[in-house]
Amino acid sequence: MSAATQQAKDNNLICDMYEGHAPFKPRYVLPDYQLFLQQGSKYLELEPAQDFDDALNNLMILYHFVPSVTNIPVFIGHLDQLLMPYVGELSEEQIYSKLKRFWIMLDRVLPDAFMHANIGPSDNIVCRTILKIDAELAQIAPNLSLLFDTEKTPESLLLQACENIATTSKPHIVNHNMHKQKYAEKGYGVVSCYNVLPVAGGCNTLVRVNLKGVAEQANSITDFMQVQLPLYCQAAYELIEARCQFLHKDSNFFDHFLVQEGILDEKRFAPMFGIYGMAECINTLLSKEQLQGHYGEDQNANALALEITQLVAKIVDQTEVPYGYHGRALLHSQGGLNSDVDVTPGIRIEYGTEPDPITHLMSLAPQHQYFTSGVSEILTLEPTVRGNPQAIQQLCKGAFNHGIGIFTANVATNDLVRITGYMVRMSDINKLSEQGSRTNTTALADGAIKSTHVSQRQPRVVSHEFNHWQNK
Amino acid sequence: MNSIIGKINKIIHFSVVDGPGSRLVIFLQGCNYNCINCHNPHTINHCNSCQECVVTCPPSALQTIDEQQPPKYSTDICIGCDTCISLCPINSDPRISEISVTEMLTEISKYASFIEGITVSGGEATLQFKFVKSLFEAIKQDTHLSHLSCFIDTNGSLQVDKWRQLIDVTDGVMVDLKAWDQQVHLKLTGKSNHKVKETIKYLAKHNKLYEVRLLEIPTVTDYLLRIDEMASWLHQHASGVKIRINGFRHHGVTGKALALPQATKQDTNSLKLSLQQHQFEDICISGAFI
Repeated sequence: MSAATQQAKDNNLICDMYEGHAPFKPRYVLPDYQLFLQQGSKYLELEPAQDFDDALNNLMILYHFVPSVTNIPVFIGHLDQLLMPYVGELSEEQIYSKLKRFWIMLDRVLPDAFMHANIGPSDNIVCRTILKIDAELAQIAPNLSLLFDTEKTPESLLLQACENIATTSKPHIVNHNMHKQKYAEKGYGVVSCYNVLPVAGGCNTLVRVNLKGVAEQANSITDFMQVQLPLYCQAAYELIEARCQFLHKDSNFFDHFLVQEGILDEKRFAPMFGIYGMAECINTLLSKEQLQGHYGEDQNANALALEITQLVAKIVDQTEVPYGYHGRALLHSQGGLNSDVDVTPGIRIEYGTEPDPITHLMSLAPQHQYFTSGVSEILTLEPTVRGNPQAIQQLCKGAFNHGIGIFTANVATNDLVRITGYMVRMSDINKLSEQGSRTNTTALADGAIKSTHVSQRQPRVVSHEFNHWQNK
Repeated sequence: MNSIIGKINKIIHFSVVDGPGSRLVIFLQGCNYNCINCHNPHTINHCNSCQECVVTCPPSALQTIDEQQPPKYSTDICIGCDTCISLCPINSDPRISEISVTEMLTEISKYASFIEGITVSGGEATLQFKFVKSLFEAIKQDTHLSHLSCFIDTNGSLQVDKWRQLIDVTDGVMVDLKAWDQQVHLKLTGKSNHKVKETIKYLAKHNKLYEVRLLEIPTVTDYLLRIDEMASWLHQHASGVKIRINGFRHHGVTGKALALPQATKQDTNSLKLSLQQHQFEDICISGAFI
């Protein structure tokens, strides 16, 4: 790495997520579980799955061999699509009790809320049963996404998911129409917080650019757009390259049995090019130009954010990388770390200053399409919405209609709360300092709450809108 | 171009408590009741242009342009402190906008894909009968908006004659039954509830009664006291109706209303239990009291 890049990293303008300089495994790995269930594994001495129990058992075994940044898999598969071929003659009750044990096993054995399951877009008994169990157990793990496709997903399934959100703030609902063309025939999976990555591949490394920090270096909007931002993007690329070279050339990772058995494909790994701190970036730039405007509230601020997103997207689109998906990195709105202080995740609106939920979604929607490997915003809704899950459903459909990629909502006062994209139980946080926690992510969430004001997200349905000045 | 004007106190883009699904709610200024327990009394009267609020507005968001007209209100300057409405001598609000049906359609269009419909509330929405009728007709005729349902939140005082003219363009109505007994209703609101009962009967008969709302004020309202009579009347005239129980809280109320007792969770639960014992099945208690 050049001295300039090292300095940018030391000054926290670019960041390698503190993984060290010599990664020996990719950050996020998405095994092709379907292939694994069909062919078994020589290395693990497993025959192809014959029935539902085999499938659950084999999956549980493989989960222990999936490398990731957390050592716990961040993706456990499109579970309903994986399991439906093995349902056979099982009754609803049998499916329910098997899946319930599986769900408890996942949470207790792999206690990490970054572990992410996908269901949908088609309606089936496994999908419905998982939603039912997930609401009953209200566990932090696994993280859960329902893929919603206007052609394939019935309204009643979306409503069931919205009823779950009302009580547990899970699942995420994913705009499948927007993502389904991605990553060719094996498609995508939603993993970890809300990262959208190629199945049978994943992310080799994640480097992020601190837009707030870069804005502070700039002396004008023009300087930011023409000089500073491209400069730090290039520094990020240098860091990406150094990390990928080691992983792909020197680490021997791609001799792993998962690669040898075809469950992973080196060509389907790509770097994630993350940005964060858009909110502070915009407010900083506008104030340097002595312009009025606040991100999320004012059109000029939102328009500038869109311009910045488009510029970064163009850079990512035009910059070739040696170890990328079709030679490219994947743009990502990075959801933050527990150590981020006074900087808002990704392109989110600053915590505590959100407009009403519809204005909130509409102000961000135009940017979403550019973030190939994922972008999210967390809406916090007032508890009154529990009596009216149709309203969540309507909000979600409107969001997708306007181009939102993933719809995520916390309902205020629920025990389960979403932090950057993963879940935590508030009751666990409250006990953490005295009793510790059996789950990895509780401590991260505790840090995130203390340093990033994430819990100050305003619950928004009605009350604040009564203030006239909020409704300009 | 439809230039019929509505006097609008406030528009909320996303409400989950004003009818089914997510709704855009338009609060119309002006009410013919004078409820002692009103939780937004500043919607009761129309501004009489006295200009008193202009002097007291802390950030000077209100300005006198013409002594005979309501003050000019600047949203950009307003800080939302509500000093104007707390000092208004006549229970009004200087921040009212006059919005035409056409302008309202443009506003609704922006939010159309996020909502199931719109609700007009107030104040008492039906006092601006022409605006409401014309707005609903326009929505039903607009190809981009006709999927939206049109609901009214009302005190029920509109005459049946007028309901008849609205019924075809209205999809559902939430009616407040503020007390069962005439005298109690009169004492509470300043008006008899005869028309309210006629409204409930008429709307139920035409399948447009979405919900009857009961606002429980302990020791003041008479729902529990007169439960047998009220229940049998509702079963007879509005069979199967959904009942929403709201518990009276001090939030938003002013003056004498602060001396009225607030409803506890127990109060609203007792009313619910009693209604269940009287064979009502569809009962909900509003969110804040669960």
